[in-house]
Amino acid sequence: MLIKREHGFLQRFYLLEILTGTLITMKQWFFGKNITYQYPEQRRQYSPRYRGQHYIKTVNGVENCTACMLCPTVCPADCIHIDAGERADKEKYPVKFEIDILRCCFCGFCEEACPKDAIKLSNIYEMADYERRVYDKDFLLIQRSKK
Amino acid sequence: MEMEASTILLYAMAAKLALVLIVLLHTAPIMAWAERRICSWMQNRTGPNRVGPFGLLQSLADAVKFIFKEDLVPAHVRKWYYLMAPALCVVPAFMTFAVVPFGPIVELNGVKFALQLANLNVGFLYVTSISSLAVYGIIVASWASNNKYSMLGGLRSTAQMISYELAMGLSLLALIMYFNSVDLMEIAYSQAGRLNVFGHELPFLPNWGIFKQPLAALIFIVAAFAETNRLPFDLPEGEAEIVAGYHLEYGGMKWSLFFMAEYAHMITASGLVATFFLGGWHAPGAEWILSHFQMSDVAHYWALVAMQVVAFWTKVILFMLFFIVIRFTLPRFRYDQLMWLGWKVLVPLALVNIVATAAAIAVAVH
Repeated sequence: MLIKREHGFLQRFYLLEILTGTLITMKQWFFGKNITYQYPEQRRQYSPRYRGQHYIKTVNGVENCTACMLCPTVCPADCIHIDAGERADKEKYPVKFEIDILRCCFCGFCEEACPKDAIKLSNIYEMADYERRVYDKDFLLIQRSKK
Repeated sequence: MEMEASTILLYAMAAKLALVLIVLLHTAPIMAWAERRICSWMQNRTGPNRVGPFGLLQSLADAVKFIFKEDLVPAHVRKWYYLMAPALCVVPAFMTFAVVPFGPIVELNGVKFALQLANLNVGFLYVTSISSLAVYGIIVASWASNNKYSMLGGLRSTAQMISYELAMGLSLLALIMYFNSVDLMEIAYSQAGRLNVFGHELPFLPNWGIFKQPLAALIFIVAAFAETNRLPFDLPEGEAEIVAGYHLEYGGMKWSLFFMAEYAHMITASGLVATFFLGGWHAPGAEWILSHFQMSDVAHYWALVAMQVVAFWTKVILFMLFFIVIRFTLPRFRYDQLMWLGWKVLVPLALVNIVATAAAIAVAVH
């Protein structure tokens, strides 16, 4: 919407306004505080609720996941792929647990859906890579220590 | 061994040329760094600080990148004009500085020479004529590029530079009426000492053009911003609406020549503003400072000259910083606002200033 603003003579004269603007710029120049981070040395602290890279929680070296298939069901990006298998003690477990991180939209639904608190989203946000990676189970299991 | 006059003049010319060339050619890399650092400080950022100490070698890295980039000529351009345009842009930008005096007329072994590349007695005419050549580089670049955005930029720059050239010339006219000379060295010389308006001496203020002709100074500075295509008058470039305007189709070293031309225009405009309105190479207080030191006459003389040369370059640098501050303060003008300001405000104001100056001179003389 076009808003008509009434300007007084001094505003329309413009020179004084330029001077005021220049003073504001100068103030920022000499007294302004940097709001940027010098990234590799300084890192931003995200909140604990930040949804970053996934990991699978383990107890005594055994993953919590029982391959119940709730997370691939709820996943809106369809990026989780699980192949279920059976352990010697008749326990169901994921033989294959893959997350296509390029398709993931980091909504966190998998974390909410999981009944065993197995799949979690960490604070890790540096996921740049030289290849189009699909995170496999071995990778996801060791990510917790990097958190 | 006593040197001959012609030998001294030859060495002096070589030294002057070296100084001015070194300064002009190093303006672009140093200013590019300074502008990026300063603009980021104004925007609460840090700016380039990785390459070398304080990021000082960033420009060097950029230069290396430009040189090793592919020297691409797009298929749809007029090749001859396309290759000629960057040179057409740079040359006039450097040429204007030839008449800007960066120091007084000095005497060495009885030989007098001016600290100015070319002591033309038509300095003012040379300045206006060469600065109007600058538009050709932009027009040729924009038409040769055979691109609609480039051509829009070229059309805008034609209209803008011709409109503001008029105001610039008219504002200088009042100034040369007052100083009664078109020679830049004489104009610089007549700004010595305390402020003196028609024989009435005023204390505290230096005898600078900006205090004698404030209106002319204002018009000239605004027109100088327009002539250098700097914000708020960077319509020929206009990143937001016409991508990059006239240098859209250029890359690598050819693009960096346009970049260099912009900074050369800036330093030339700053030099002209310093000469016309900020007392040229006069350093107020230099004599007073030197009177505290016990020196021989020769040492005193050369110390004064050195201080005056430093004073000139300081004024130039301060005005360049002013260019940067204005760039990051004001938004770009709309095209009709630009034309309105040029033709309906600056030109009439300059004409009024000329008439008023003429009347004042007539009254003061009689």
